Amino acid sequence: MTVNGSQQEHEVEPRLLLVHYIREVVGLTGTNIGCDTSSCGACTVHIDGESVKSCTVLAVQADGSSIKTIEGLADPDGTMHPMQEAFRENHGLQCGYCTPGMVMAAVSLLEEQPHPTEAEVREGLEGNLCRCTGYHNIVKAVLAAAGSAAPSGGAS
Amino acid sequence: MTLFGTPVRRTEDHRLLTAGGTYVADLDLPGVAAVTYVVSPFAHARITSIDVEAARTMPGVIDVVIGSDVDLGPMPSVNPAFPETMTRSILATDVVRFVGEPVVAIVAETASQGIDAMAEVVVDYDPLPVVVGIDASATDEVLLFPEAGTNTVMVADGGSDAADVDIEGCEVVVRATYISPRIAPAPIEPRSSASRWEPDGRLTHWLSCQGAHPVRNMIASVYGLPREQVRVICPDVGGSFGSKARSYPEDLLLPWLSRRVGRPVRWTPNRSDDMVGLGHGRSQQQHVELGGSRDGTLQALRVRVVADSGAYPMVGAMLPRNTGMLACGPYRIPAVRWEIQSVLTNTTPTTAYRGAGRPEATALIERAVDMFAAEISMDPAELRRHNFIGPDEFPYDTPTGVTYDSGTYADGLELALRMAKYDELRAEQQERRSSGAQHQIGIGLATFIDRTSGVPGAEYGSIELEPDGSALVRTGSNPYGQGHHTSWAMLVADRTGLPMDRIRVVHGDTDVVPKGGITGGSRSVQKAGSAIAAASDQLVERARQVAADTLEAAVDDVVLDRSGGGRFHVVGTPARALGWDELAANLPEDDALRCEAEIETGSSFPSGAYVAVVEVDTETGHVRVRDFVTVDDAGAILNPLLAEGQVHGGVGQGIAQALYEEFAYDADGNPLTANLADYGIIGAPELPSFDGALLETLSPNNPLGAKGIAESGTIGAPPAVQNAVVDALSHLGVRHVDMPCTPERVWQAIGAAGR
Repeated sequence: MTVNGSQQEHEVEPRLLLVHYIREVVGLTGTNIGCDTSSCGACTVHIDGESVKSCTVLAVQADGSSIKTIEGLADPDGTMHPMQEAFRENHGLQCGYCTPGMVMAAVSLLEEQPHPTEAEVREGLEGNLCRCTGYHNIVKAVLAAAGSAAPSGGAS
Repeated sequence: MTLFGTPVRRTEDHRLLTAGGTYVADLDLPGVAAVTYVVSPFAHARITSIDVEAARTMPGVIDVVIGSDVDLGPMPSVNPAFPETMTRSILATDVVRFVGEPVVAIVAETASQGIDAMAEVVVDYDPLPVVVGIDASATDEVLLFPEAGTNTVMVADGGSDAADVDIEGCEVVVRATYISPRIAPAPIEPRSSASRWEPDGRLTHWLSCQGAHPVRNMIASVYGLPREQVRVICPDVGGSFGSKARSYPEDLLLPWLSRRVGRPVRWTPNRSDDMVGLGHGRSQQQHVELGGSRDGTLQALRVRVVADSGAYPMVGAMLPRNTGMLACGPYRIPAVRWEIQSVLTNTTPTTAYRGAGRPEATALIERAVDMFAAEISMDPAELRRHNFIGPDEFPYDTPTGVTYDSGTYADGLELALRMAKYDELRAEQQERRSSGAQHQIGIGLATFIDRTSGVPGAEYGSIELEPDGSALVRTGSNPYGQGHHTSWAMLVADRTGLPMDRIRVVHGDTDVVPKGGITGGSRSVQKAGSAIAAASDQLVERARQVAADTLEAAVDDVVLDRSGGGRFHVVGTPARALGWDELAANLPEDDALRCEAEIETGSSFPSGAYVAVVEVDTETGHVRVRDFVTVDDAGAILNPLLAEGQVHGGVGQGIAQALYEEFAYDADGNPLTANLADYGIIGAPELPSFDGALLETLSPNNPLGAKGIAESGTIGAPPAVQNAVVDALSHLGVRHVDMPCTPERVWQAIGAAGR
């Protein structure tokens, strides 16, 4: 598989979850673990362009796919993705723990629905829990990102 | 132009958004072994035998440890007034007292191997009778510590003399018993900790917590080490809300395990273990009697609060005192008497959770005030107006025993009512009532005060000019999402003229920051911020001296022009000026420009007025929060963006407490909600966007005039929502619904009222 564009090849235990593979084998710790019931979404990554809770996938199931994590979202020159910028501008994060998963879910949300209503943003982020922000500024950030991304035809 | 009071975007965010934070679980610790705890599946039982031999032979297992192996004393008591017999061993040895209490520690190469080995540990238990619930505990029929002779940890009372609280003589009296539900703080990052002994014999200990220095001191005490031999590092913390303020047995044992296996060790519990291992919050039974006259004048209040402290007395056992001290809220009630008690039950021990006893006080008085208004058929806003302490009455000594610093309570309420369009809402409510609509609306008010910086203790801050002319700021206050790095840099920039990107803030390392407390009780701007401001002012004074020497001028003639990055020059001759970089270059090598300050402040008393608008489905009992208005007065606001963020988060948690959250046990003490699938943590679809405003009545109790805002949301939101639910149903005869106002509870209340 590739992770953020870099080819990865490892022998792994069949039971290894993708989130543990990303964190412990590949060594990318931006993706966090917040629960053991697939409730919190802190571990959300993109698999072949779609957001997936990486605790619900075995590493071996992701064989051959293309994974993107929070570390692969900004441009290589450090320029943040419009969604990351919108989170910063709108104070959409506090402790930062849910943030990588929340941002990856939000990017995927706008790819499916480039111009969501507030209610659609809230429904779309249902699988991602945040305990710090009351979601107010997260929703604001996603709506702002939808607006800023609109002229170029949706967030990428 | 100053930065104070402006919505500066956070300097923390680029890192958190592009790489993610560095939490304890993320640290690269070569050779680290994983610690896994086998915990008690029984709420109350005697351990008759433990067999770990099979576990020892499992793949990857390095060591397996039981309580009798551990030659450390018990967990230090959080309060010397608690009974000495109610102590907790780091690992349970003979009796377990709650589900989730650690019994065996496994050290393995990987966490998965540790979990595999858990299945091979055999512990035999003889179940003991279980105490669940305050009523069962208070009878003392079953004792958690027979040698103590009681389940009561603490009793206290205060306020007016009992004889002066003439409830019976009042024209109108409302009496009720309320439940403050048990809450799991559930920061999205579970607890995590790591330990490593260095070649020089020092210990490095990492912990997700609210303050490195108190943890360092506790480890030094438990391990009998000089403090300077222990280095505690608190890296990024993924939320805490009071619950990670102190060490838990699971992290306190890590240095011992590390020494025993001769390797660094790390413990990162899964969520289900953390839901029962991390302390819980709230959990009170409140008996309230509020008396007054039929014209709406409140005259006497008597409250008796019993707190469920869980299986061992932790911070939670002390918190009912906060409830008693704030029981009268923002109201002029001449006679107030409070009595409190904390009792043990076979459940997770309770600790501080965002507000720590003060949300319980607000819930109590705000519910009682609404009941009183209903009793005399007065609008609840009007009753509040009639009884507020006036702006000219400060400092105001409450009958409960505290002194409020300042406030404009009526202004806050009027603004909140305008923002919510209160009169229009009442009209809409009347229409729905008249038409007998299935969905009724309720309007709930909460006007509240908080007491911040309630725990004595100074906070430390220092600033040092680096050789390149940038500033290094050390803070004793340890953030976990609050944005201290941004806030302190704003304070420094305003005083020195340095741009924010030339100011580096460090925290959470006892080797780097000499002193520190915790971030808690909404104290940080008041204490740590004031310390940073004072240290910065000193730095500017010292720098003027150095500039005067270089410019060959009298120090009184040298001024700091804060524009352009900060430049010192002689009054009237700005052309010849010294920037901070030139100043740093001119310093003698041994003369570091470093200033420090420690600031202690009195408590301050933020206030607020919240309005919740809910829609209740009278067929199903389902409650939807339609609108939520917040007016907060937290004194001077350093950064409104961050202040509003604190309100949003607290309101989110507060609404969740009012409608969904309750950590539940069955009669045998088995937890029923020990994961994020079963526990009612709130998601984005269940919340509206909030409509907020800030007032700024300064506090005279600290140099910045700040009051702290971080806990207001969890204080004001629960009773606002609860009052709204009752308000929606009051015409059906519903007088009260306990939190959380779940569909089942609301539906039953409607049914009971109709009978």
